[in-house]
Amino acid sequence: MSKKILTTPIKNEDLESLTIGDVVFLNGYLVTSRDDVHHRHITQGKELPVDLAGKAIFHAGPIMQEKKDEPGKYEVISIGPTTSMRMEKLQKEFIEATGLKLVVGKGGMGPKTAEACQANKTVHTVFPGGCAVLAASRVEEVESVEWLDLGMPEAMWVMRVKEFGPLIVSIDTKGNNLFEKNKAMFNEKKETVVAEIIKHVDYLD
Amino acid sequence: MDLNTQREHFIDVMAKFTGYAGKHLPDDVIAKLEELRSQEDTPMAKLVYDAMFDDLKMAHELNRPACQDTGVIQYFVQVGSKFPMIDEIESCLVEAVKKATIESPLRHNCVEIFDEKNTGNNVGTRIPWIDWEVVPHNDEVKIYMYMAGGGCSLPGTAKVLMPLEGYDGAVKFIFDQITSYGINACPPLLVGIGIAGSVEVAAKLSKKALLRPIGTHNSNTRGAELEAMIEKGLNDIEIGPGGLTGKNSVMGVNIEQAGRHPATIAVGLSTGCWAHRRALIKFDSSLEYEIISHKGAVL
Ligand code: SF4
Repeated sequence: MSKKILTTPIKNEDLESLTIGDVVFLNGYLVTSRDDVHHRHITQGKELPVDLAGKAIFHAGPIMQEKKDEPGKYEVISIGPTTSMRMEKLQKEFIEATGLKLVVGKGGMGPKTAEACQANKTVHTVFPGGCAVLAASRVEEVESVEWLDLGMPEAMWVMRVKEFGPLIVSIDTKGNNLFEKNKAMFNEKKETVVAEIIKHVDYLD
Repeated sequence: MDLNTQREHFIDVMAKFTGYAGKHLPDDVIAKLEELRSQEDTPMAKLVYDAMFDDLKMAHELNRPACQDTGVIQYFVQVGSKFPMIDEIESCLVEAVKKATIESPLRHNCVEIFDEKNTGNNVGTRIPWIDWEVVPHNDEVKIYMYMAGGGCSLPGTAKVLMPLEGYDGAVKFIFDQITSYGINACPPLLVGIGIAGSVEVAAKLSKKALLRPIGTHNSNTRGAELEAMIEKGLNDIEIGPGGLTGKNSVMGVNIEQAGRHPATIAVGLSTGCWAHRRALIKFDSSLEYEIISHKGAVL
């Protein structure tokens, strides 16, 4: 199987053939945007310092280190995804406002995001959680940082990446949602499992 | 050694130890992850385990934190009442965290409540969190370091049930939480459960349960059986690595208990992620140290 690679600026056609469970890699611009960036832009209405149209955002709060010989320039030490569900409240509005094309995070997102992905031809993917040095090794350069006053984890880090992945498609442009599907399966099995266990735990005298 | 030299030594060792534990998982966790990995046969589960082990290898080679979320630093101290540096431990641990933040480095993870400002050095009000147990007639100290990441702290919860809801109620509570919040906490998880009479005791014991090595059992026979039942039950749900389905869901289930009030059963839940950064170090009275959780570790 050949490696499927998406390159920014990502076009709708690049995404339309993708289905949940597919594995892709990313070339180009990946910009960290998490809780505070969503909050500042959508809830507080502040203009974003980075144009995200056609680009990918990363739900991530990295460890960055300022280069000793180049003040203001940073090197990424460790960068893995954070729980995407925290952004569920504002993700739809953020997608609509920016025209971003790819979301990289961890774990699933809800129906509101799935709706926005379908309407705006955007895809949510997950990078294996916790694998932060692996992810850092796919970053070619940290080009700039914006909104650093939010602190290192919450700032917008603008990175150029090469074959960044594996990225597992969790919400596709058809509105399919991998984690919702999995969750339904887990819940079904849970009922049987719990019913069996509680037969054995009547410890009260 | 005079007191200052002793302090410097203690701070230095604890800073290096804290950083080290963010870059290397403890022996029991590695062994369990290898075991779980070998049982997987789907491409998706294998892909995720491959990523984890590649990550651990690179973290070791490049000397970097395996996961970017190096958590809020917590120390669980078991100090002998006769340990000569007992008065110095707290202030030294605070200094050690500041030092590790720069030297390791660690991510800045302490946000002050109300001010909502990141302190930038992982030190803040009551942070690093220090839990104390005093061991009488003893002159050593054992310190557990735990990095409480955001993702793995999020499923944490506790609840007081009425006795007639019984242990069934507790079991349901645990399963509901793991199959919802647990999925996003980077499974396979280590599940810590505390059972007691009030909410804070149950919550605290659930975290202490996470400090117990994987594969050890509850001191009570029924407790050990319940651990095994919950572990098997969660694994049968097949959450898999990263919540992307697979043969297992958890690395283990550890329960700790305290006596309860006749009218209450409190249950607490804490979860550890696959990158379960828990480490144990022991100092004797002359400050010679031994790292118990990571065999052969060199700081
Ligand atoms: S849950 Fe654990 S492995 Fe996952 S991102 Fe958080 S700290 Fe890292």
